[in-house]
Amino acid sequence: MNLGEVHVGQAVTIQNVGGARGFRRRLMELGLIPGTSVQVVAVAPLGDPLKLRVRGCTLSIRRAEACSIDVSGVNGAAQPVAPAATMSAARLEVGIGV
Amino acid sequence: MTSQASVSTTVSPRPTVVIVGNPNVGKTSLFNRLTGQSARVGNYPGITVERLVGTLSSPLRGNGLAPEVVDIPGTYSLAARSPEEQIAIGAILGLFAHAKPDLVVFVVDAGQLVRNLYLALQLVELQVPLVIALNMVDEVSDDPPNAASISQLFRVPCIATNGRTGAGVQELKGAILDALDARPTGRAEVAYPPELKKDRDRVADALPKAWRSSVERDRALALWALSSVDEDDELSDIDPTLRQRCLDVRNDAVGRDLDQEIIVSRYAFLDAHERTLYQNPMARAQKERASERVDRFLLHPFFGFAFFILVMLLVFQALFSWSEPAISLIEQMVVLAQELAGKWLPEGFFRALLTEGVLGGVGNVIVFIPQIALLFLFIGLLEDSGYMARVAYLMDRIMKALGLHGRAFVPMLSGFACAVPAILATRTMERKRDRLLTMLVVPLMTCSARLPVYTLIVGALFPKTFGWFPVQAGLMVALYVFALVMTLFCAWVLGRTVVRGRRIPLILELPPYRLPQLPIVLKMVGQRSLSFLREAGGVILVCTIALWILLSFPQIPSTANVTHTANIADSAEMLHAQENERAHLQLEQSYGGRLGKFLEPAIQPLGFDWKIGVGLIGAFAAREVFVSTLGLVYGIGDLDDEALPLRERIRNERNPSGGPRYTPLMGLSLLVFFALACQCMSTLAVVQRETKSWRWPAFMLAYMTALAYVASFVIYQGGRWIGFS
Repeated sequence: MNLGEVHVGQAVTIQNVGGARGFRRRLMELGLIPGTSVQVVAVAPLGDPLKLRVRGCTLSIRRAEACSIDVSGVNGAAQPVAPAATMSAARLEVGIGV
Repeated sequence: MTSQASVSTTVSPRPTVVIVGNPNVGKTSLFNRLTGQSARVGNYPGITVERLVGTLSSPLRGNGLAPEVVDIPGTYSLAARSPEEQIAIGAILGLFAHAKPDLVVFVVDAGQLVRNLYLALQLVELQVPLVIALNMVDEVSDDPPNAASISQLFRVPCIATNGRTGAGVQELKGAILDALDARPTGRAEVAYPPELKKDRDRVADALPKAWRSSVERDRALALWALSSVDEDDELSDIDPTLRQRCLDVRNDAVGRDLDQEIIVSRYAFLDAHERTLYQNPMARAQKERASERVDRFLLHPFFGFAFFILVMLLVFQALFSWSEPAISLIEQMVVLAQELAGKWLPEGFFRALLTEGVLGGVGNVIVFIPQIALLFLFIGLLEDSGYMARVAYLMDRIMKALGLHGRAFVPMLSGFACAVPAILATRTMERKRDRLLTMLVVPLMTCSARLPVYTLIVGALFPKTFGWFPVQAGLMVALYVFALVMTLFCAWVLGRTVVRGRRIPLILELPPYRLPQLPIVLKMVGQRSLSFLREAGGVILVCTIALWILLSFPQIPSTANVTHTANIADSAEMLHAQENERAHLQLEQSYGGRLGKFLEPAIQPLGFDWKIGVGLIGAFAAREVFVSTLGLVYGIGDLDDEALPLRERIRNERNPSGGPRYTPLMGLSLLVFFALACQCMSTLAVVQRETKSWRWPAFMLAYMTALAYVASFVIYQGGRWIGFS
């Protein structure tokens, strides 16, 4: 599943960030690395771009690029996840991954 | 180039401090707190990225000079692909012709700790003397991150500050002065995978001599090069050996992902230590939710757009109407100054040069200040509050379809008032290609200087109504729509041809809403207006004087040619008429008048005669000058806003065969010409200033004039072919 398919309100875990090199490097530098939890908060009124919450920060990317980000584990459909839980989960998984 | 830069810094006795940080962390307010009144806006050489410079306002220690403080543009990382992104690494290390700073002050948003520290980690790795300012701690007042722990983690001083309230600023100044002596460089042990370390060392071996320093710094610089260089980056001044080595290492790393290895290793380090710095992130989450609630309204499909339209109407109204009193005041003061100078100086060339050339030119420059100041005020408020990012978010879909950046909306809208502030406003976009494309099309928008011209032509040559249809009003609306359509069309075409550039995916941070800080916004408004006067003012002044010379020389003798009217000039009215007659003859004899006649064959297919040609030349000073120049051509003299005598004259002008010289068809052709032609040297001067080249203003003049010519030609010749005259 990719981030472009995630419904508004759902939180998922990033598996792999794809796309052009500059774009994926910048996203990863902003903390969107494998294992990080990301929530699709909203979609812009005209249908694009998406509004994301990740690591306590609000970011916006277009759906086309969101489709190049693989995600897994929809937890709590349309249910905002407690930030403390997501952050520590991200830390744990990254810790294991490295 | 790099060696030159380091030489110049060793000579300079004044220590330099650069302020680095992510965007939206309150860097600029902190900079203003540190520098007090000394802040000024400048530019990085070659590219229009604003560079804020000031001196540290603090009691001096010993007999040294007060340190110079430079605020560099906000960035999320030092890794770079574009010349704009390259500024950060250059300004921090003193590479790429930047001066080498003596200290880096890194500003951290206490509410975005880990992401901010990602950049701090790069600075520590690069071994730059560093002080960390933990900013906006009180926004996370429930459980603020601990400055002492951060200081312990990186082994550099860390001071809790708030640029908005001024809290901690004195302590930060003290820490800066201490650090200028002690040069604390910090340490951080990131556990990079063994293969990556080998790759890094291979790249470090290829670093040019001028870049080498300590082993740690060389390694960090190697990681920077490995992250930044690839086949199609736009970086400048990268040593070819280094570039080749980076490409080789990347090619050899089959099946591995070097970017991800570097970034994930760094985040693993930060995430592992986060707990010790920042115990309970719940407090931050509360603050975010407040912004989230505001967004639910401001980004709502209906209320969000309603609010957006309201804000944009306000900006437009301000530029269009609120600036009017200030503009007329400036114009009146210029006239007053001209009259005064006229009284005090003896008649002659220098008086004319001073009053009409120099004073007129100065007036031409400062007349832009009200609109520039208002626009920068609004942009400052929009940026500072966090709403500007929302504008880009809301409009991205539409702007993307046109090939424009979401942030191009405000400059485009400002174009309805005046292209000059609109072009200055393109600076809110960080990419050169986005700025350039917006700059190239903004002058097509119907600016307020076109209105007097439209009013004159529409009023003179078209009936008020045709049956029930309001012809004049309808035509005005049609002109606005036509210009808007042409602007969007040109953006679409130019974005796919002349300024093609790679499509860069959008990554937009929507920062939390904050109350804008009016004093700092106002200070920046003042600084930016001054920088306009300093940098664009000269060009506009010179152009005004050149144009004045073109239309006033060679001068005709004061008595010749007018003697036949002189002996019957016995009333004030006759004297006035005589004066006008002289001005008319003068203009006809001038270089500009001759040029108009010379151009006549070229503009005849558009339906214009040499008189219109002279008007077009005069309109280069500013489009509305067309009206007064035409007034001079016809020897009518002073005109009020309505220019009624001139309308009368235009209507009654006959061609050799006795028919009306100016027909509605010709009027339409002229209107379209004015809608599309780049009849404004101030616009060209500002584009020159913003792009730092004459190529783009030349291109702009060429493409807009060609567009105007073709469109007018089609309308006039097409109209005649159909049977209009």
